[in-house]
Amino acid sequence: MRRLREYGSYAIGFASLFLLWHVAAVYLVQSALFPPPGSVIARAVALFRDGTLVANVAISLQRILTGFVCGSLLGIPIGLAMGSFAPIRRILDPYTEFLRFIPAVAMITVAVIWFGIGETSKLFLIIYATVFVVVLNTAAGVASIARNKIRAAQALGATRFQIFCHVALPATVPYILTGMRLAMTNSFVTIVAAELVAANNGLGKMLWDARLYMLVDDIFVALLVLGLLGFVIDRIFRWCIFLFAGRYSPVV
Amino acid sequence: MLRGVEKTFSSRQGADYVAVRGFYLELARGEFFCLLGTSGCGKTTILNMIAGFEKPTAGVMELEGKPIAGPGRDRSVVFQGDDSLYDWLTALENVEFGLRMRGVPKTTRREQAHHYLDLVGLTGQEAKHPSELSGGMKQRIQIARVLANEPKMLLMDEPFAALDAQTRAVMQEELRKIWQATGTSVLFITHDIDEAISLATRLGVMYAGPASRLKEVVDVELEGARNRTDDRFLGYYRRVYGMIREEVEVARRRERPDGPR
Repeated sequence: MRRLREYGSYAIGFASLFLLWHVAAVYLVQSALFPPPGSVIARAVALFRDGTLVANVAISLQRILTGFVCGSLLGIPIGLAMGSFAPIRRILDPYTEFLRFIPAVAMITVAVIWFGIGETSKLFLIIYATVFVVVLNTAAGVASIARNKIRAAQALGATRFQIFCHVALPATVPYILTGMRLAMTNSFVTIVAAELVAANNGLGKMLWDARLYMLVDDIFVALLVLGLLGFVIDRIFRWCIFLFAGRYSPVV
Repeated sequence: MLRGVEKTFSSRQGADYVAVRGFYLELARGEFFCLLGTSGCGKTTILNMIAGFEKPTAGVMELEGKPIAGPGRDRSVVFQGDDSLYDWLTALENVEFGLRMRGVPKTTRREQAHHYLDLVGLTGQEAKHPSELSGGMKQRIQIARVLANEPKMLLMDEPFAALDAQTRAVMQEELRKIWQATGTSVLFITHDIDEAISLATRLGVMYAGPASRLKEVVDVELEGARNRTDDRFLGYYRRVYGMIREEVEVARRRERPDGPR
């Protein structure tokens, strides 16, 4: 029953969004530049049938996921090392503190010069967009472990290595997952921008082409799909956090 | 055994702060010693040094003739708050943590953890995580966790300070029973006179800080279960209250040198 109410209120939220959009497009704006949801959805179905939508979504998603996984695998150990050892933190601080203020979007130019417009530049950009958020959150997580947790383990006879594996690591898991969730948002922003500027395919390229030929419906299809994809992936992420790390963070 | 122990903290302003100076204490095996003092007198500093978390600036600290070099499982610590528990582990897994680190096989350590959970009255709560348990239950997990490690000495830093009065009274009674059953030496830190007399076989009152040391040691000779309304209990209370009262006055005057006398 509670489940039903939960999903029900979600449905109402989404329905109201589309209703507002419809009202705004049909009665308020009444312009060819702002299509109502009906025609956008019809266009989306058509693009889905001829395969272009699926192909574009697949390539964008593939880029995001590859970069995101590589960035996380790189960021977690760096963050753990920075959080655990003060000298390493001091050595790497300038890198993270300097580079995290240069947005991945600004790095597109460099990426294209270095790696061309192929997959390598996309991979580089997504890793770049992922790694610092994950590093900072992981390091912050290690740094915020209660001192008594470590001391208790010492007094119970744990070695330094055991404390790292059995205390520091599990205590940091919630922070790592939070960092990864934030990084996922960054990856979305970055991949669209990168594909807008330099790509042969993907959702960003679809947006760019549609603008070029004034296919307003296509623009809105791309926007709609981006929003939906982000929403679904974030849900999956939250579900995974709950499933795999529920025992590490009782307050998801 | 502590001989002439001193601890100086250096502050960021460059002024050193001598927390403890010339602290002497010898504990007998199996005794329950309560260390009493006003806040800021260095009680916790003494405990942290015995636990090995902090090193003394001067003096000698020994456990059964061997110098204390760092934290070790012969001296277990029960902390004041609940932040030392591992919230990703169940009550049972928390209790067997020390055994697991030592590589004790699973069935053996399960058995032992169950035994100590029963001893502290947590039968049936094994599968719960700390976040699902009350403050008193969390302190019971801490106690079971250190007991499972079978330490020579139990160090307790105001473990019941955050509990409500009723829970605290129950926990004190049970701690005394557990101590009688296991025969472990206990060093118990508190600022609560009533708690100290209820628990201790011997208690020590510290001077107000800085450069604090033991002011006086009192043998608490009360047999059997301790009764707070007993005349002899009250006699001890008056005596210790007098000692503490003086130190509270000293501490107050040091904080506010111009204040009313």
